[in-house]
Amino acid sequence: MHKKITFQLNGKSVNCEVDVRQSLLDLLRSQLGFTGAKKGCGVGECGACTVLIDGQPIDSCIYLAVWADGKAVRTIEGIAQNGALSKVQQAFVDEGAVQCGFCTPGLVLTTTALVESGQEFTRDELKRELSGHLCRCTGYQNILHAAEQSLGHKCACKEGHQAEAPAVGECQSK
Amino acid sequence: MYDIKNYVEATSVAEATALLAQNPELRIIAGGTDVLIKMQHGSLVAAELLSIRSISALTNITMAEDGIIRIGALASFTLVHQNKLVEANLMALREAALSMGGPQIRNVATIGGNICNGVTSADSAPILFALDAVLKLENASGSRLVPITEFYRGPGQVALAPDEMLTEIQIEPASYVGCGSHYIKFAMRNAMDIATLGVAVVCRVKDGCFDQVRIGLGVAGPTPLRCLEAEAYAVGQPVNQATIGQIGQLALNSTRARTSWRASKEYREHLVTELTQRALKVAIVRAGGAELA
Ligand SMILES: Cc1cc2nc3c(=O)[nH]c(=O)nc-3n(C[C@H](O)[C@H](O)[C@H](O)COP(=O)(O)OP(=O)(O)OC[C@H]3O[C@@H](n4cnc5c(N)ncnc54)[C@H](O)[C@@H]3O)c2cc1C
Ligand code: FES
Ligand code: FES
Repeated sequence: MHKKITFQLNGKSVNCEVDVRQSLLDLLRSQLGFTGAKKGCGVGECGACTVLIDGQPIDSCIYLAVWADGKAVRTIEGIAQNGALSKVQQAFVDEGAVQCGFCTPGLVLTTTALVESGQEFTRDELKRELSGHLCRCTGYQNILHAAEQSLGHKCACKEGHQAEAPAVGECQSK
Repeated sequence: MYDIKNYVEATSVAEATALLAQNPELRIIAGGTDVLIKMQHGSLVAAELLSIRSISALTNITMAEDGIIRIGALASFTLVHQNKLVEANLMALREAALSMGGPQIRNVATIGGNICNGVTSADSAPILFALDAVLKLENASGSRLVPITEFYRGPGQVALAPDEMLTEIQIEPASYVGCGSHYIKFAMRNAMDIATLGVAVVCRVKDGCFDQVRIGLGVAGPTPLRCLEAEAYAVGQPVNQATIGQIGQLALNSTRARTSWRASKEYREHLVTELTQRALKVAIVRAGGAELA
């Protein structure tokens, strides 16, 4: 059984015919060639398949492709602009928050949504906001630092940072 | 690919209930965070799905002039958590919403799906039990109201006829006005984990005594449950450590905890007495009572 859907993918309109049995992750990866979103667990536990739907992170492995109809979908492929890394991507590079990279697209997207929300987050709140992502490599510390840097939080250990910041990370790693 | 044999969508309650009346094999899908997992695990095969997620009217959370709070069945846990009415009146429900899953799950999982799924670990259930929530069930010929305390029939079984859907959750002012509440989810991890025990307490305090106490527990039996013996004892008792200690003990009499890989029966029972007291202490302060050490 197939259904025609129309949605925005990284700002561009996409018309396609999707199998109703397909997850959005399968549609993106197998049919549309957007392989940035990864398949880790397939059951909503790991966050590797995270994409933004109307600005909100969701696990695309447990989101049917037909549900994307009329929505704005953003994947990691749409984050860098004209070849320039976004602020969030640069923060992940600066903080050494990427090892094998399997969790990175999802984490960058969730962090991007946090930045775009315009809200402030304490370190504990940030941990909660990132809790839907599993990383088998980094131990999370550098990911937290990258998220904090993305949000303009200042690290206590680096020089030249202003004292006033929403939350100061204790940056044991440096 | 998910094992979906047939997929239809409804954009209104009338359309959804008409489709259900025509085809009793249709299985409702809302956020899909339980349904799709069941398909991945093979416990649901060749599914005929009725998607109700486009019925946008069912995402609303409102308060009527008479004080009844109505929560649409399709409100996501993110919406419940962010809602101002919930924050102002139903603090423990807000806490329960934030305790479930992770952000990606909360953005799609609905409160109605959480209840209709029928499991004892549903994070919204203990507080909805303690709030004496009433469920509005609709079919093509009309609607009926069922107290949530009568909705659960057994593990995974709820009082929902094949042609019915849950449309809203109602909370009467008598259940929350002047009350304080608190939800404690006890789990192995701080996030992304199913509760080992869930404890929700609602209380009202008058002249230093308990005017009302309601206790809802999850994972303390095959379904969520209330602790009626402890609640009856509490009425009129002075708010002090001795009283809440006794409430914690009596709460145990209503439970039917069992051993699972998450925790032994004995450990769960210990959690019931201890966490009921801890939840009460917070709820008492929120109800305007004095802080107990
Ligand atoms: C990774 C992960 C983590 C999770 N963590 C938690 C957690 O911490 N706490 C927790 O409680 N749950 C958790 N869950 C379970 C699940 O997310 C919740 O139970 C959720 O609220 C289900 O809502 P849904 O809208 O996704 O339901 P669906 O999967 O769409 O439906 C669930 C059931 O309810 C029925 N149904 C849904 N809506 C209606 C309606 N309006 N009328 C009649 N029947 C209906 C469906 O037919 C189905 O049987 C988790 C799930 C995943 C995948
Ligand atoms: S692949 Fe989707 S959450 Fe793991
Ligand atoms: S960098 Fe390897 S999983 Fe996170």
